[in-house]
Amino acid sequence: MIRAHCLVCAGAGCISSGGNALKDALSNELQVRGLDEEIRVVETGCMGPCDLGPVMLVHPDGTFYQRVTALDVPKLVEEHFIKGRPYQPLLPKDEVTTAAVNTQRDFGFFAKQQKIVLENCGTIDPENIQEYIARDGYRALGDVLSGLKPAQVIAEIKAAGLRGRGGAGFPTGVKWELTAKNPVTPRYVICNADEGDPGAFMNRAVLEGDPHKIIEGMTIGGYAMGANHGYIYIRAEYPLAVKRLQIAIAQAYELGLLGKNLFSSGFDFDLELRIGAGAFVCGEETALMRSIEGRRGQPQPRPPFPAQRGLWGKPTNINNVETWATVPIVMRRGAQWYSQIGTAKSKGTKVFALAGKIKNTGLAEVPYGTTLREIIFGIGGGVPNGKKFKAVQTGGPSGGVVPEQHLDTPVDYDTLQALGSIMGSGGMVIMDEDSCMVDVARFFLEFCCDESCGKCPPCRVGTRQLLNILDRISHGEGELEDLDRLEELAQMVKDASLCGLGQTAPNPVLTTLRYFRDEYLAHIVEKRCPARVCKDLLHFTIQDEKCVGCSVCARQCPVDTIFKVGGQKKYYILEDECIHCGSCVDSCKFDAIVKASDGEGHVTPQRPAVLERPPGRKPTSLVTA
Amino acid sequence: MNLAELQKLKEKAQKQVALREGNKKYRVVVSMGTSGIAAGARDVMKTMLDEIEKRGLADVEVRVTGEIGLEDVEPVIRVERADGEQTTYARLDAEKARKIVAEHLAHDTPVENLAVGKEKKP
Ligand SMILES: Cc1cc2nc3c(=O)[nH]c(=O)nc-3n(C[C@H](O)[C@H](O)[C@H](O)COP(=O)(O)O)c2cc1C
Repeated sequence: MIRAHCLVCAGAGCISSGGNALKDALSNELQVRGLDEEIRVVETGCMGPCDLGPVMLVHPDGTFYQRVTALDVPKLVEEHFIKGRPYQPLLPKDEVTTAAVNTQRDFGFFAKQQKIVLENCGTIDPENIQEYIARDGYRALGDVLSGLKPAQVIAEIKAAGLRGRGGAGFPTGVKWELTAKNPVTPRYVICNADEGDPGAFMNRAVLEGDPHKIIEGMTIGGYAMGANHGYIYIRAEYPLAVKRLQIAIAQAYELGLLGKNLFSSGFDFDLELRIGAGAFVCGEETALMRSIEGRRGQPQPRPPFPAQRGLWGKPTNINNVETWATVPIVMRRGAQWYSQIGTAKSKGTKVFALAGKIKNTGLAEVPYGTTLREIIFGIGGGVPNGKKFKAVQTGGPSGGVVPEQHLDTPVDYDTLQALGSIMGSGGMVIMDEDSCMVDVARFFLEFCCDESCGKCPPCRVGTRQLLNILDRISHGEGELEDLDRLEELAQMVKDASLCGLGQTAPNPVLTTLRYFRDEYLAHIVEKRCPARVCKDLLHFTIQDEKCVGCSVCARQCPVDTIFKVGGQKKYYILEDECIHCGSCVDSCKFDAIVKASDGEGHVTPQRPAVLERPPGRKPTSLVTA
Repeated sequence: MNLAELQKLKEKAQKQVALREGNKKYRVVVSMGTSGIAAGARDVMKTMLDEIEKRGLADVEVRVTGEIGLEDVEPVIRVERADGEQTTYARLDAEKARKIVAEHLAHDTPVENLAVGKEKKP
């Protein structure tokens, strides 16, 4: 008899931190010790706390282990599986009491979440359809096909208040109805698994961790809309998700859960994968359909909407991964149950991807209406290294920053929009006091500018010009009029762009201007970067009184611009040649080098009369200067 | 595939994952401290696992723990029932272990002559 299951996270995050080696070592150790008939190792999808990876969960004890390496395995097996004692060094610690946390239930990161979409992620083996079926998988599909009319399915989805998770939050039932009512056939359903927002990985978790849920959701949708063919459009950068989907689709066909005459209802449904090359704009629905058709991925004007004229000119319904994955849950547990979760206008739960300056990088699923503070501090553990929280970017490059004073906002589509940001697909990038908001705006805008498909000039030219202005400001060459130019141009790009990419690209600029105007002013007026990020506005100085003359900084300097002061055990930075890379600051063990952004008040320390080449460095012309 | 077949598949598959769901009627806790292992606790546990499997008892989970505090009468196990009733058995061997599975776990009747303690926890 198997007495314990050892669930090893095989999400992309844990695999990249050594999850495969851990799994192999564990299987091997159990075998060597003759425990392989008592203990089963199961590879699951993402458990959520990616930063703590590789992670592992042992049942029935419910013990959660973090940062487990292959080297830990012998001791862990000895302690946990032979002696029955949790292996202390790898248990998470309580934030407040710092006591070891013995079970997953008691670990704040998990305890504060409500897992609905992620109910199976990290619990089942995604490559085994039996485990999905064990957790009521395909039950909703069976019930729908055996007892409900298509219109009843749509009515249920409407009643649940389900809104699309791809960004705009459009009511899913309404969209389905538009497609269903279009008399043209054949009709198509598509799953948008392009997930292109920087810092977003919630769709990947479902694709990798519970692929059958998406298949089941799409089949139910196909039935409701009279579509017999579905496509999953997934980016090639998600090879593991592609593999798991392929396995899942093959298994579903084998059991007759895809294909002809499902549940003897006469309904046929086929599902195929389409691999995208990872262009952000191909996540936009009209561009996505063109890409599936084998054409260049460029957006088209809407209307016609996909429900009117979509893939190959036929009625088509596109939903996001998370939307599709929610469908079987709504059908199984009922609209009544589902609509009690969340807020008045945003029902259910949302998965957020926490990234940036946050302790618990990873995934968190919470009901709509949970405050930003609870998500970032309660679950995410707040900002690491004792730094101060500054802002959170929600909604990826199409969203905006939300500053500290709005942390108590309950998160839903409308509240975020009122703050100038958007929900988007659920990415959250957290920024601390060391983040420069001009630089943040530049980063996201540069992304959109690069990813613009170039079809419409407002987006192609407008984002480039916005970027040029931001570049000027961060180089210390901005002028006050630039702020008006930014605002005016941003509005123009928003209003005149063809698709959502251009229509939302200026959001990071507009929100940083709205909440952090003082930082822009510091860059423009004082030529100062308060967070000390914008390189051109920095100065590096060695403090005489602290320098011990160890020469480490001079050896690190990639441009040989640090010199020994003639006749003294001191070093000096020749500022003219400095490229502001900061490697000297990082290398100094005596905190003798100051990185400052004093703007125009900066005074360069007096240049010593004689500068010597640091030991072991090639002569440069500067020495004699 | 039809609904009845799906249900059958589910029941079969559930056995594979049931261990992760908790809520078992019986939990057997085996004392695996140094003295327990020396006295043969691993053999006792293995025999129990074997017997539970043979009898197809699905509502039982087996865990190991450090010393229970009865070092001089090892091997020791504690059978915990979901309603809080706890029975402790001591000085076990393979044969006694099989008996406990057969009577206590399979038929709900504690093996009184092997039990060294019984209490009810809320
Ligand atoms: C530039 C751009 C990129 C997009 N990327 C995605 C994406 O990666 N995934 C996604 O589901 N929706 C994306 N969308 C939104 C889709 O166009 C579409 O609205 C969505 O897939 C509809 O699904 P939903 O109703 O379930 O939200 C993107 C939109 C734009 C304008």
